[in-house]
Amino acid sequence: MGIISAGFKGRRGPDAVKLPPGQYLTKDFPVLSAGPTPRIDLTKWEFVITTESATQKRWSWDELTRLPTETPTVDIHCVTKWSKLGTSWRGVSVDTLLDGVETGAQFAVAHSYGGYTTNLPLADLRDGKAWVVYQFDGAPLSPAHGGPARLLVPHLYFWKSAKWVRGIQLKTADEPGFWESAGYHNYGDPWREQRYWGD
Amino acid sequence: MTTELEFTDGNALAGPLAEIFSVDVTTIRGRCAGCAATGPLAELRVYGPGAGWVARCPHCDDVMLRLVRGPERAWIDLRGCLNLEIALPES
Amino acid sequence: MAGGPLTWRAATLVERWSETESGRGLAFDVPGWPGHLAGQHVDVRLTAEDGYSTERSYSISNAAGGERVELTVQRVPDGEVSPYLADGLTVGEQVELRGPVGGWFVWRPAVAAPVFLAAGGSGIAPLMAMIRARRQAGSTVPFRLLYSVRDPADVYYAKELEAEDVRFIYTRRTPDGWPTPPGRVSAADVTAGGWPVDRQPECFVCGPTGFVEAVADVLVTLGHDPRRIRTERFGPTGG
Repeated sequence: MGIISAGFKGRRGPDAVKLPPGQYLTKDFPVLSAGPTPRIDLTKWEFVITTESATQKRWSWDELTRLPTETPTVDIHCVTKWSKLGTSWRGVSVDTLLDGVETGAQFAVAHSYGGYTTNLPLADLRDGKAWVVYQFDGAPLSPAHGGPARLLVPHLYFWKSAKWVRGIQLKTADEPGFWESAGYHNYGDPWREQRYWGD
Repeated sequence: MTTELEFTDGNALAGPLAEIFSVDVTTIRGRCAGCAATGPLAELRVYGPGAGWVARCPHCDDVMLRLVRGPERAWIDLRGCLNLEIALPES
Repeated sequence: MAGGPLTWRAATLVERWSETESGRGLAFDVPGWPGHLAGQHVDVRLTAEDGYSTERSYSISNAAGGERVELTVQRVPDGEVSPYLADGLTVGEQVELRGPVGGWFVWRPAVAAPVFLAAGGSGIAPLMAMIRARRQAGSTVPFRLLYSVRDPADVYYAKELEAEDVRFIYTRRTPDGWPTPPGRVSAADVTAGGWPVDRQPECFVCGPTGFVEAVADVLVTLGHDPRRIRTERFGPTGG
């Protein structure tokens, strides 16, 4: 541990609540980027689910936003150690998007505008655990936070909640994504502190 | 080409990469695997620290370098560089 | 542990002063400091009592001499680190420094070519180290500085710069009697404040990313050799 500088607190709140190991509570909403913020024309935006047999199911922005919505309120945990509790979103459950999709795939890769990818087991996208969200805190999701739409998978570290999501690819073989192939954990459970590869 | 200005440049990598490279990295010349443009790492468009450092080609925006620092390990991915040219004393 | 650029060293704050209303100079005593070149920077690491830590980069603004390292900190509203460094850290307290680092954005007195410096806001810090290194070396290499600030009150090192060849750019408010309205740096400013292409100057541009991109583009368009243009970007707001 480094030399302590007296009085330095950073930008954090009190931690009277139970957080995953190694996390700190934050009141703001840090923006982490790996590249330029994509600016997507909603008339050209689409979301595509591609199965392992290359079947595709697509939604335009109008089509996605007309699907039944949910308003999950969830805690989110970033691998850089900040946690934000009680964040409220509006979007479409991934269960709704997968409804009717025939697949035997066990793995998924989320793809984003701008080239970002992240992988996770398909089971972690099902049964009420994941959404494609387009509102945060009652307002349209800003580009800095992944708008127009991002993936939301709050039970895993937040790098799995791909910003600017454009589709999910279902695969029979696992394929580490952008951060997983650069040292981060392949699964990323905050409660087991699975931050880095091999943890 | 991007008009966003959220990036810094390869000078920001000098400290983090001093843990891995024994030479100053900002003067190393890298060749982009995407577009073959060559230039000093100091001129790369750098995003980070975030979850890790990401350095992109200033001409085509392809990722040339990624650096993740864990508690007792670091990972560096240089697949986006065709090669690195490092000036060394004559020997 | 042996010293070297990759080691975090203890640094004790020995002096703090105000350069501007929100800008501070900080002087640290760093035992074992190996010296530094003009233009290099350090990474500063702060650790809270519960172990939370974060790092920021700051350019060294003094010329090398002993174990004293001076940094310039612009207090950013709602910043995580700058308010603490600017006003919270008390004299006698410690932080950690890693450095000096950076071999690209460096001016060495042995280089004979005239020098063009372009500073946007707090980007003046490493360029000030170059100006001071030149004075310390007794060099006669001619320097020209183009310095862009929002307001005359934002000028760092104002007194010291009176002895230099400086062209100021004011982007929000100009001094009384200024002949032109406030505005961003233009190609005409770079031409008037810099060296002609045939003098083959070494150019150093530092500040917010937008400023650096704009000035570097102008220099290239004017015909300056890109290999003699060295840049250091501080990010969207300039830090």
